[in-house]
Amino acid sequence: MSADARRHVVVVGAGPAGLAAASAALRAGARVTLLDAAERPGGQYHRTPPEEFAAAHPERLHRGWRTFDRVRRHVLTHPRCAWWPESAVWALERPDPGEERPPRVHVVRGPADGAGRRRHVLDPDALVLAPGAHDRVLPFPGWDLPGVYTAGAAQALAKGERLVVGDQVVIAGSGPFLLPVAESLLEAGSRVVEVLEANPAGTVLRGWGRRPWELASYTGKLAELAEYAALLARHRVPYRCGRAVVEARGDGRVEEVVTARLRPDWSVVPGSERTVPVDAVCVSHGFTPQLELPVAAGCALRRPDPASPAEAFVEVDGDQRTTSPGVYAAGEITGIAGAPAARTEGLIAGWAAGGGAPDAPELVPLRRRRDRDRAFAERLAAAHPVGAAWHGWLRPDTVVCRCEGTAYGALRRAAGEPAGSSARAVKLTTRAGLGPCQARVCGPTVARLLAAGGTPEAAAAEGLPSATPHHRPLAQPVRLGELARRPHTEQEREH
Amino acid sequence: MRGPRVAVLGAGIVGAACARELARAGLPVTVLERGGPAAATTAHGEGNVLVSDKGPGPELALARLSLALWPRILDEIAERRPETARAVEWDPKGGIVVAATDEGARELERFAAGQRAAGVTAEPLDASGLADAEPHLTRDVAAAVHYPQDAQVQPAAAAAALLADALDAGAELRTRCEVLGPVTRSGRLAAVRTSQGTVEADAFVNAAGPWSGGLAARLGAPVDVRPRRGEVLVTAPLPPTVFHKVYDADYVGAVGSDAEDLRASAVVEATRAGTVLIGSSRRRVGFDDRLRPEVLSVIAAKALRLFPCLDGVPVMRAYGGFRPYVPDHLPIIGPDPRLPGLWHATGHEGAGIGLAPGTARLLADLLLGRTPPLDPAPFRADRPAALGDPSPTGGAA
Ligand SMILES: Cc1cc2nc3c(=O)[nH]c(=O)nc-3n(C[C@H](O)[C@H](O)[C@H](O)COP(=O)(O)OP(=O)(O)OC[C@H]3O[C@@H](n4cnc5c(N)ncnc54)[C@H](O)[C@@H]3O)c2cc1C
Repeated sequence: MSADARRHVVVVGAGPAGLAAASAALRAGARVTLLDAAERPGGQYHRTPPEEFAAAHPERLHRGWRTFDRVRRHVLTHPRCAWWPESAVWALERPDPGEERPPRVHVVRGPADGAGRRRHVLDPDALVLAPGAHDRVLPFPGWDLPGVYTAGAAQALAKGERLVVGDQVVIAGSGPFLLPVAESLLEAGSRVVEVLEANPAGTVLRGWGRRPWELASYTGKLAELAEYAALLARHRVPYRCGRAVVEARGDGRVEEVVTARLRPDWSVVPGSERTVPVDAVCVSHGFTPQLELPVAAGCALRRPDPASPAEAFVEVDGDQRTTSPGVYAAGEITGIAGAPAARTEGLIAGWAAGGGAPDAPELVPLRRRRDRDRAFAERLAAAHPVGAAWHGWLRPDTVVCRCEGTAYGALRRAAGEPAGSSARAVKLTTRAGLGPCQARVCGPTVARLLAAGGTPEAAAAEGLPSATPHHRPLAQPVRLGELARRPHTEQEREH
Repeated sequence: MRGPRVAVLGAGIVGAACARELARAGLPVTVLERGGPAAATTAHGEGNVLVSDKGPGPELALARLSLALWPRILDEIAERRPETARAVEWDPKGGIVVAATDEGARELERFAAGQRAAGVTAEPLDASGLADAEPHLTRDVAAAVHYPQDAQVQPAAAAAALLADALDAGAELRTRCEVLGPVTRSGRLAAVRTSQGTVEADAFVNAAGPWSGGLAARLGAPVDVRPRRGEVLVTAPLPPTVFHKVYDADYVGAVGSDAEDLRASAVVEATRAGTVLIGSSRRRVGFDDRLRPEVLSVIAAKALRLFPCLDGVPVMRAYGGFRPYVPDHLPIIGPDPRLPGLWHATGHEGAGIGLAPGTARLLADLLLGRTPPLDPAPFRADRPAALGDPSPTGGAA
């Protein structure tokens, strides 16, 4: 069989899920193009420090480094794999209805800030989407001050650049991700004043403790938790439940935060405010899956919580197949469950996408592990929900959309005006979500705020795009000149 | 309030303008909208209010009427709600049409002469005048005409302002209320069945945009309104680069064209937020909203021919909608003689934003038995093209 007659699998995203998918598709005998917008594989999780810094012992900073390194090597050096770094998928072009093939993949290749990027078009036999998730941060007064970081950004600086964000840091928000962030900061030399989990201990324990007989299968996870707990204890860092940073203050940069006790619905307990001097705050309220590509591919989404329609994940079957022909999904876009779960999903997706036998014996333990990880993800979601009354700490002048400077009061006013109250009209008149990040940061927040106010969206109708805040037909910015020039097609393939 | 009860079906810009005109005339008005207001076609296009792209004829007459009404309406709204009126971003910035080839130049000059005869201000620009008006425009231009009357609005805000003014005048808005079918009494449309129960009225105005054809069929009096896809590119915010609406003369051809396949022409304009809108394509693909990169590519190439300096500018977003069109490219405004009680205000294709005020005036005049300021006959609902007559004179080929 000539190389080109083989099944061609395109994998988007080279984090744990994408790398695993590429390796499994290669094992299944397919030809693989693995692409990522970043320069190096690893995604958010295995952030490779730049070469100059890597000389030391990166494995100290990265859990699961060795597995990652092995998979990375297997994939990137494989003769049937083309690795495309700095390659952004900007559009997916769906075939005609009824045509059973995946969408055509439109890519721009080259450094995002450089001139001379080139446009490429790939026509794969199967497409694996593993674009991951990005930090979710709910706004609070002062969150736009310098010195307030998303937990992910702080961790990236610590891991990737070995930079310390501050000497006196509060980490706040919700979810288990607060712990590895604390670990990264402590190891990089920051003093962590406290770690604040917004959900009260009751919510967290109820979520984690659901169906306790299943917990035995998570011994690895529990051991990891115990390790974090020990680390915090060693550094005398308190971990408080039911508290949140409700305001950051400072003159030109954060100097102190106000923390407050929260009720289970995240409303602030009056009188519980405390002022804490800091020089940096790291905030995380979980993750938002990057759904623009699955939405563009026409994949059905599932909404685990009917009360917050903005919260959505890609619907997949037992083989990680989406509802869109030839399109598979793996990793955080199917549910936030962490890197090991993403890897397992990637292996299953890649094998199926590569045409591997559906009854291969290796799949049995993988599927079991995947199901367990999914159950674990549900546990996480139950233990760390976003309380319905979170917006109580917003003020009219709190900026919600940072790109466009749209304040909470302006959004409320626009949504309260019946004649302009559809979500789309509110966005167009307040410009929330219309800036350079295209609502990646504020989209789910705005959707949540509008849904809480009962704003009607456009009806689902033929000819009206879906009302999800993830509808972004242009998945990445493209320069006008790049768009105007003819793309390279697959025949001119470069390796 | 007295007079006939009116139900306006659809809260896009056309429905909003009609509701306003009728409510301000003192009629009891209810607006029935399937989703939220101003969220459909009106929020998926651009906001050009143009005379420059229209040759002499009924559409130009309607455009001139609308152009005269827009600032008056906005002044009235501003008296009651200054903030709402400001959000409309009315900007009479003027349009500049350029032709690249000598043949195009001759065609443009002929077209402009015809418009001038019909009362449009169309001033030829020489090279230095053009360079003053648009310093970043290509110098490779065979002819250019300045249309100082062309203006621009933010369409969703414009529709919201018209609707807010209607509500202030006593109109009622029902959202998430889909019109499902007719209730007829002795041959007359007496009520409509909706997802929220039956709504009675004396007159029903079909303002359902590209869905008007389907809605009219549901009500038992089909009209031939079809969707025509259009896409727009939005750049990242830029320092002031484009000062007018600038478009190539092909646009005029594309608007009136009957070609099934892709027509694209560059219309380049800046918004108040600093982004530059680049439109747009015209394709007949039913309600197929799949992104077509080659279409965006054509739009981009055409825009770069006008403004080569935009080559490195990032496009942040692309969106598109479906223009509601009738095969003879004229809207349908007026009563439906086949079903008394049913009225239409639809089929404005790529000009519904600009034409909304004139449409509403015409409709209200007809409904109230006043004399309209222009001849309503070309827009009537029972003309062959509106009824889907496949004969060549019907234009539905
Ligand atoms: C890319 C593009 C660019 C454009 N540029 C311009 C421009 O520069 N200038 C200009 O003037 N025009 C422009 N247009 C055209 C303009 O957008 C339309 O002509 C105009 O928005 C049509 O308004 P409408 O109210 O008729 O339709 P819509 O805005 O679609 O409103 C119809 C409403 O009816 C509702 N509806 C439908 N069916 C039912 C039902 N059964 N029951 C209840 N409600 C129902 C819908 O939900 C919708 O809200 C452009 C269009 C596109 C696509």
